[in-house]
Amino acid sequence: MLFFFGQIGSFTLRQLTEMGRIFLFLLSAFGLAFRPPAKLRLVVYHLKTIGVDSLSVVLLSGFFTGMVMGFQGYYSLRKFNAESWLGSAAALGLLRELGPVLAAFMVTGRTGSAMAAELGTMRATEQIDALYSMAINPVKYLVSPRIIASLIAMPLLTAIFDVVGIFGAYLIGVGLLGVSSGSYFAGMENSVVFQDVYSGFVKSLSFGLIITWVCCYKGFNAPPMATGVSRATTESVVLSFVLVLVWDYFLTSIML
Amino acid sequence: MIRVVDLHKSFGRQTVLRGVNLEFVTGKITTIVGTSGCGKTVLLKHLNALLLPDRGEVLIDGVDITKLNQKDLYEMRGRFGVLFQGAALLDSMTIFDNVAFPLREKTDLNETEIKKKVDERLDQVGLEGMGYKFPAELSGGMRKRAGLARALVTDPEIVLFDEPTTGLDPILAASIHQLIARTQRAFGFTGVVVSHTIPQVFGISDYVAILANGVIEEVKPSNEFQVSKNPIVQQFIRGETEGPIQVL
Repeated sequence: MLFFFGQIGSFTLRQLTEMGRIFLFLLSAFGLAFRPPAKLRLVVYHLKTIGVDSLSVVLLSGFFTGMVMGFQGYYSLRKFNAESWLGSAAALGLLRELGPVLAAFMVTGRTGSAMAAELGTMRATEQIDALYSMAINPVKYLVSPRIIASLIAMPLLTAIFDVVGIFGAYLIGVGLLGVSSGSYFAGMENSVVFQDVYSGFVKSLSFGLIITWVCCYKGFNAPPMATGVSRATTESVVLSFVLVLVWDYFLTSIML
Repeated sequence: MIRVVDLHKSFGRQTVLRGVNLEFVTGKITTIVGTSGCGKTVLLKHLNALLLPDRGEVLIDGVDITKLNQKDLYEMRGRFGVLFQGAALLDSMTIFDNVAFPLREKTDLNETEIKKKVDERLDQVGLEGMGYKFPAELSGGMRKRAGLARALVTDPEIVLFDEPTTGLDPILAASIHQLIARTQRAFGFTGVVVSHTIPQVFGISDYVAILANGVIEEVKPSNEFQVSKNPIVQQFIRGETEGPIQVL
């Protein structure tokens, strides 16, 4: 019995220690991001890897998500003779919820996993130790620029996802199913308010932070072996997905 | 002067260092030998605080680096150059950028001065004209040379070499050993080499220490070490499986 409680206590302590480490890692990376000298060149480089390199997958997924919303929205709204509200339904769904969440998923899969794998490999091949030994703080050099870049890139990618999704729903609703173009845009104009755009922006910003934070932490602390890197990559993607959804719930309940 | 005093280190239940005491003479090369997995690299990583001990001190000119705050520790690390086992070159950069990296990050030199210095170091390690290549395009020996150029580019007072010839053929290993000896004579740094390639390593060492069973069992000038009557030293030099060093 004593052994059982001992195991529970030891497990709880390990989890609390890990949580403490994760939060300290974020504080350190965030604090160092705004301490001179600024790593602008690295921020621009990671804007490319996080933003530009994720663009194609965000465009594609946004377009198809919008088209699916066109079909599903039309099907649901037709039951109430409210097809003209398709533009409003698609825009609200994308701006408030689907845009930020699905764009975050795409960036996690496309870039977050790569971050974890890259940092994990750097740990395994002693490149992170090499930075320490050259008196260079690896968190400032490797993590902080990625966090700044993701805070810039994520809202932009989400905005692109939203616009392309709205266009995809328009193509299906107006082009294929015969909804009037005027009512599609009029419904959207009447129902979408600044708060909808703002809530999507706040979500995308926090999702960008979560993805970079989790993926960098997992990669940075990966056990220095091949299985360690692969496990860190998998864990970073799964944990990012879960945290994005959990945080999305809290933000939605606050900002609704 | 580097002094290690009563250094203890464990990883989980595995105790690696059980009270290491060792002095490294300034301006000389000290080599730490020992069987694979005996804790040589762990000891080396304590010298610039890449690892922190469970107990004990690492004194650099009398300052215990295990107790320094982060700012002072980074300053202290600036006095070191390190050649890692796998060279640890940043694989997203060319060889030139790798060698230039500590200069760009830690000094105020302009690009012309940096280029002059990097080209000079690449020449010294026999990599002239190779600066445009990426680490993945180089052989193991060339990567070690590039790693050595990077370790030396800031003119460090102390250079740590972690298994500098592991995985290299005997000729290449000899050339790396010569390179270490030549650069040490040229720059006068304090060298700490971790290796198990004997007897080749004796030729470049001023002092040799053997780490076994978690402690330094013997440390002597290189020529005296080779003829030491210590059974641990003799077992290691002769490569015998039976003796005071527990192999399996």
